[in-house]
Amino acid sequence: MFNTMTIGSDLKSPLPQGMWPGHSGKNMNDSVAASEQRSEGCEQTEWLVAVRDHRDKAAFGRLYDHFTPRLKGMLIRSGMSGAAAEDVVQDVMLTIWRKADLYDESRARASAWIYRIARNRQIDVIRRRPRPVPDEMVIEAESRETHDADAAVSLEQEAVQLREALATLPKSQRDIIERAYVGELTQAEIREATGLALGTIKSRIRLALEKLRHELRDLRDE
Amino acid sequence: MKEITHHLPEWLVRSYAAGSLGHAFSLVVATHVSQCDECRARLEAEELAGGVVLETLEAVEASDDLRARVFDGLDEIVAPAPPAPQKAGIYPGALIAEMGSDTPRWRSLGGGIRQAILSADKEGSARLLYIPPGMAVPDHSHTGLELTLVLQGSFSDETGEYGVGDVEVAEDDLDHTPIAGMGEACICLAATSAPLKFNSLLPRLLQPIFRI
Repeated sequence: MFNTMTIGSDLKSPLPQGMWPGHSGKNMNDSVAASEQRSEGCEQTEWLVAVRDHRDKAAFGRLYDHFTPRLKGMLIRSGMSGAAAEDVVQDVMLTIWRKADLYDESRARASAWIYRIARNRQIDVIRRRPRPVPDEMVIEAESRETHDADAAVSLEQEAVQLREALATLPKSQRDIIERAYVGELTQAEIREATGLALGTIKSRIRLALEKLRHELRDLRDE
Repeated sequence: MKEITHHLPEWLVRSYAAGSLGHAFSLVVATHVSQCDECRARLEAEELAGGVVLETLEAVEASDDLRARVFDGLDEIVAPAPPAPQKAGIYPGALIAEMGSDTPRWRSLGGGIRQAILSADKEGSARLLYIPPGMAVPDHSHTGLELTLVLQGSFSDETGEYGVGDVEVAEDDLDHTPIAGMGEACICLAATSAPLKFNSLLPRLLQPIFRI
């Protein structure tokens, strides 16, 4: 859809296609080089892919051990009791197992996908009505396969940088960002934080956005 | 099709991702993202950041009982969930899910203007509006935030022109008169955090009756 309007897409895109390290096509060297700088988040994504592709219970066990205590913490901080939080975590973990076939590592790291599932479930429960969620994008399976490896690596690189940026912030700023994403802030407070504390990591989020934007565009064009 | 030029502001996408947005505004965000790849990418970037925060959060110990419940559930055979509603005509699936049907239940407001209230709670309300071509929406100002997403046709006001997929974000201080474009009737999804205040007498009298 975008490629039919060449001028428009050039104007919108700060870099021409092909200048992204992870998007140079099916270049194996990129993937190999990047998989050498493995990180924790990368492992989580591999576990989730193993759950999806092989119904791997050991990999699910690792996801469970990593995410359950953090999801519980997040839900409690956004206002739920311990018991209610565990009920939501149960639903989230079982949704991960049952809907793993919908997971697409070219568009989300494991933690991002799980974060979304947790929010959806938490809000369904709190409001007692389904949370409005965007329609799924309809993408041909083939175009998905050719993109996964490179795109997943490039998302991982962005996430590593984002985590480093967060870790080096003064504690007060880091706290506000944590509180915003954990769900402790109101919409008005998030707006204010977006102008102030978030300013320092905004550029990192925007770089991640560039990658995701390209990924969606590539998927649409195939 | 005209490209979408009025997108969701960053803080609104972030608030949605974090679950801090009321139902009515969440509906506008979900409906717009269904139409707009740019904002879909923005939402995915926010979720990437949310995921990074989640994976580095301090752990809170979970009970053994929870572990048992989850692992017992793995082999359970569950009926597949019904498929999510699909886009029907001008209405994305997110909106179909909210309406519970493919067509809005319109109520006439007079002058050819129609509305269908979708939800109303203490945090805000969401409705569909149908404005005949060239017709003005009564001059109104706000107490709070108003989001208006175009689904069909177009409208314009003091702040610009809005076509299909565009979102107008109107703040407390905006006093505006949206006018539907010529051609097709303008159908839009509007969400407000508070009842609108109309600046002329008649609509103000009608307000309690029609919940405009």
